[in-house]
Amino acid sequence: MRQVSNALKLSPFVVYVLLMFALPAALVVVSAFRDGSGGWTLANFNIFHRPGVGAAFGNSLWLSALTAAVGAVLGALVCYALLGYREDGVVHRLVDAASSTLSQFGGVMLAFAFIATLGNQGMVTLFLREVMRIDIYAHGMWLYTPVGLVLPYIFFQMPLMIVTFYPAMARLPRQLSEAVAMLGGGAGHFWRHVGLPMLMPSFMSGFLLLFANAFSAYATAAALISQGSQIAPLQVRAALISETGLGSEGASGALAVGMLAIMAIVVGLYALVERKSSSWLC
Amino acid sequence: MNTESENTTTADSKAANSSGLGKSVSFTNVVKSYGMKEVLHSFSLQIDPGELICLLGPSGCGKSTILRCLAGFETITHGDITVDGESVVAMPPRERGMGMVFQHYSLFPNMTVLQNIAFGLKVAKVGKKERLERAQRMLNHVGLADFGSRYPNELSGGQQQRVALARALVVNPSVLLLDEPLSALDAKIRVQLRDEIRAIQQKLGITAIFVTHDQEEALAIADRVAVMHDGHLEQIGTPYELYVSPATPFVADFIGQSNKLETRVLPNGMVDVLGFDVPLLRPLDANTPVTVFVRPENVVLRRPDAGNGDHVVHSSMFLGAFERTEVRVGTVSLVSQHAAGERFSPGERVSVEIRPEPVAAEPIDIAWARHATMKADVRVNAGAGERQS
Repeated sequence: MRQVSNALKLSPFVVYVLLMFALPAALVVVSAFRDGSGGWTLANFNIFHRPGVGAAFGNSLWLSALTAAVGAVLGALVCYALLGYREDGVVHRLVDAASSTLSQFGGVMLAFAFIATLGNQGMVTLFLREVMRIDIYAHGMWLYTPVGLVLPYIFFQMPLMIVTFYPAMARLPRQLSEAVAMLGGGAGHFWRHVGLPMLMPSFMSGFLLLFANAFSAYATAAALISQGSQIAPLQVRAALISETGLGSEGASGALAVGMLAIMAIVVGLYALVERKSSSWLC
Repeated sequence: MNTESENTTTADSKAANSSGLGKSVSFTNVVKSYGMKEVLHSFSLQIDPGELICLLGPSGCGKSTILRCLAGFETITHGDITVDGESVVAMPPRERGMGMVFQHYSLFPNMTVLQNIAFGLKVAKVGKKERLERAQRMLNHVGLADFGSRYPNELSGGQQQRVALARALVVNPSVLLLDEPLSALDAKIRVQLRDEIRAIQQKLGITAIFVTHDQEEALAIADRVAVMHDGHLEQIGTPYELYVSPATPFVADFIGQSNKLETRVLPNGMVDVLGFDVPLLRPLDANTPVTVFVRPENVVLRRPDAGNGDHVVHSSMFLGAFERTEVRVGTVSLVSQHAAGERFSPGERVSVEIRPEPVAAEPIDIAWARHATMKADVRVNAGAGERQS
């Protein structure tokens, strides 16, 4: 009876996941192998030979890896700093609230915030240009390219890392560092030999989440980059709405399958790390 | 222990002696405060080289704080702590050269058992070959020779604590600190590991401080027991001294098991306990109302020949080598401890005799005592007092 009751409570979530995630994902995959007349084909994957598609995937990869790495390291450092404050203190609550909010702050609003501050006519840009005589766009309008996405992406990547990584860091038993100290070791010994190895699975998990977050981010890039489709999600959009005859549902499905394949590789790598750590994690 | 282990013990004992193990420790008027709250009040204690001292007391009495002050994890507010005459209060924990065994093992989960034990030697930059050899020797020493390649989460609690002990000892610490090391283990393992810790400590000749709230554990393992209460040192003495000659009512009440009885000091300096004159451990003024602490083994039950004893047996508890019998004396109960062969049945009538062994006494509030003629209270601490049986 209890099992039936629990299943009923869970059913809205299951229905939601099936309708909004599993079914669309399956349709996308199927569409990648369908031609316009409903037959099976591999021709959609020819889109990967089109100029710019490979470069867009390359851009997405380095952008995701870079912002995930920087966001993960900066977020972890903030978590480390937070350990010095009381859990129920003002600083803690402030960082908690800010991280939770800012980690969900991507999209058009974030793009606008950057345009308003660091855009060609942004406040900071004008201040630097007029007062400090520094032209941040002397070598081109980098904010509207994949390079320009680095800063906005880190803006939501770092808070996301804080939210996901802090609980693991807070759970690290204090007595382990005391045990290291009693054996003659300092903070360096603790972090190198105990703390970091113990936190590595959680750190990698956070990094993976950040990578996926950046790899699939669309709205911020769409709002900032108006010319060309320089990252993978923008290529999917272009394939969907292209009026040149080259775009199609099948082609966009093929691109999406490409993105799924990359995510599958990343998840596989994480599984390898997790398997190693699970041999000693309690 | 096998022959190899015995040899290892001898070798390590020599290493221990040559590296200066068995150092004296001295606390002098140590005060520890957290803000306005003072948790240690002018604590002083001298520990001899090679001695095992138990800090015993209820939760919150300050015993772990003392250990953490000695380890360097807490800074003292006032006073001094010395090891072999040298003050250590300004040293960080890593420079104090002590070993510590924690309540919850605190093994490094990402390292194998052998790596855990060798870690302190690695920090000390001992060569890989030597540190692995020494770690393996210590592993043999604690009876886990074949467990070196396992991870801590693959061991039982008792095995993990053995590894923690080996890890603390392999670096030849000047003092071994044990912070309730057995409290997370089940009863059988606790007794076994307790005896092993004592044997290793004696073989190495290392000075050890053992924190526990378990009086049986403290009485069984320690050279001397320091009984703590509310940040004060109540009494320091051998287990026997604490049991037969408690310095304070708290110690009399906390150590072993007692019948607490209210009475008055007689003009001859003794107290009247159920009509028997019993001497006091420490003199008090005549007519002072007191609570006396009478050990159950000093309550003697006799089976009258005619079967018409004054008192009725209420219950009887068989505890292996001895038996505890509860007797109703008027409106109160008394617990007697006697040999198991001498059985009394519930409902049986018996006479009661109090042996004239000196008892601890605590003066009680006069206004309250005016109404008390002779009341008795029984306090039963399961598992206590076996040492005396």
